[in-house]
Amino acid sequence: MSLLKNTAVASDIAVPPDRAVERPGLIASLGRKFGKADQREAFYRHRRAVRITHWINALCILFLLGSGLNIFNAHPRLYWGQYGADADRPFFSINTIDRNGGTYGETQLGPWHVDTTGFLGWSKQNGNYVARGWPDWLTIPSFQDLADARHWHFLFAWILAFNGLVYLGWSLFSRHLQKDILPTASDIKAIPRSVIEHVKLKHPSGEAAKRYNPLQRLAYLGVILLISLMVLTGLTMSPGFNAVFPWLLEIFGGRQSARSIHFLSAFSIVLFVTIHLIEVVLAGPINEVRSMLTGVYVVPKDHQK
Amino acid sequence: MSAGTLTRRAAILAGFGGAGALIWNVNNLTLNPSFTRVYQTVEDWTRISQRALQRTGGLAPEYTEADISPTFKPNGTYDPGGDEYNAHVAQNFVNWRLKIDGLVSHPLSLSLADLHRLPARTQITKHDCVEGWTAIGKWTGVQLGLLLKAAGLAPNARYAVFHCADNLTGEPSKGGEQSPGQYYESVDLIDAFHPQTLIAYALNGKSLGVPHGAPLRLRVERQLGYKQAKYVERIEITDSFKHIAGGFGGYWEDRGYEWYAGI
Repeated sequence: MSLLKNTAVASDIAVPPDRAVERPGLIASLGRKFGKADQREAFYRHRRAVRITHWINALCILFLLGSGLNIFNAHPRLYWGQYGADADRPFFSINTIDRNGGTYGETQLGPWHVDTTGFLGWSKQNGNYVARGWPDWLTIPSFQDLADARHWHFLFAWILAFNGLVYLGWSLFSRHLQKDILPTASDIKAIPRSVIEHVKLKHPSGEAAKRYNPLQRLAYLGVILLISLMVLTGLTMSPGFNAVFPWLLEIFGGRQSARSIHFLSAFSIVLFVTIHLIEVVLAGPINEVRSMLTGVYVVPKDHQK
Repeated sequence: MSAGTLTRRAAILAGFGGAGALIWNVNNLTLNPSFTRVYQTVEDWTRISQRALQRTGGLAPEYTEADISPTFKPNGTYDPGGDEYNAHVAQNFVNWRLKIDGLVSHPLSLSLADLHRLPARTQITKHDCVEGWTAIGKWTGVQLGLLLKAAGLAPNARYAVFHCADNLTGEPSKGGEQSPGQYYESVDLIDAFHPQTLIAYALNGKSLGVPHGAPLRLRVERQLGYKQAKYVERIEITDSFKHIAGGFGGYWEDRGYEWYAGI
């Protein structure tokens, strides 16, 4: 303990000048561990507000997705426009159909129909096949229950909204959003090269690893916009809210369009989370997860030197 | 390792442990009776915030004839049946009475002809089902506020409770089936006196059909479909709905749905 306390921030450990020196102990210890030996350095990457809101957000998204799929099962059809119900044509639907004495799950997208027995439309719940859109292992709660799924959904929707406002407010105030997330002109120019680097699974090293790369910036900005879109389309489905901001209905082209955009945005967030987790694994899961827990990130060796 | 690091580590572990326990036990938590208190608190936040925002006006959007759904999907009860209701259908509801009683100074018993003589309001609005679908229809009826003013509310009146002629069986819930029950609903006086809140007798220019609640149904346009009680035969003005049926203020409310159905 005294060892760490007495260790001043070593000269080879970078601390961005705009950031308060936080966690000098951990920076020093990681810096010594990885520092001179193989030219790695530790630096304070994620500030506390980012770390806390990140994990709260992750929990909210997990619950909102699970409960959202349970809610979706109450009417597993998507429409475009102001109205849409059983007699109207959906562009996407999950159906349970009886054919030749058997029951099947079938998923429709536009003109295409795919047999999804066992997954969508007809899947096992407690050992027995049941007619339900998304299977029990994907929904919250696992049994089909619109009322309770809505309770979980709105509980975490409120938490997500508060957490999101704290994050956005803090990010604007501390200029995290402007400096770290918004792509600069040179980031935009570097997009093609960044795409090639990502395809080759090459990650930035040295000084370049201390800032978010162009695709990373676009992805984080994108997910902030997607979550905002989720909140707005969610509110557009609310008849109480429609009476306050009827123009939201016009922006999204109706309650059913808003519901479909809500679903498609959720799907896009799943895509983001998948790539996000793959990148965490590729970039070094221990270092990445540690940085989102403690704030301290160890910059990989600069292989361009 | 400093004491600060230890508490920080403990806090992180506790946070992840708590989140893990929450996910792992989500079904049990859902079935736990105390979960009711959690979601009722959330419902309060939603109601209070929506009501605050609605103070600036708060009319549900109205549509044009061109926006009307080709087919207006009926839901819940399609036909209450039974000798009494079937007799009303056969007589074209000439003997149907809408009673308004409870905490009022002049209890009313109105026939359809009485209601047709009163000023009518026609509105093209969307019907938002809790399941997620939407149908747009043109409703004609009498503003509920007008009827309540005629009945004269007592100072302690707080809710209008709608008693309906249909008995409804439930839907799958909490891993089982729900119990059947007499349909009823309730709104507070803010919604009861809202200008778009109607006792409707016509849909798309025709008398209400049996699947849509003939002869009378409620329209409370800033809330979801299950609030739009069909087959209304009595409006009871009360100071509480705790003593009625399950005590949550409506058929679906007694089965776990929110009383304030603004979202």
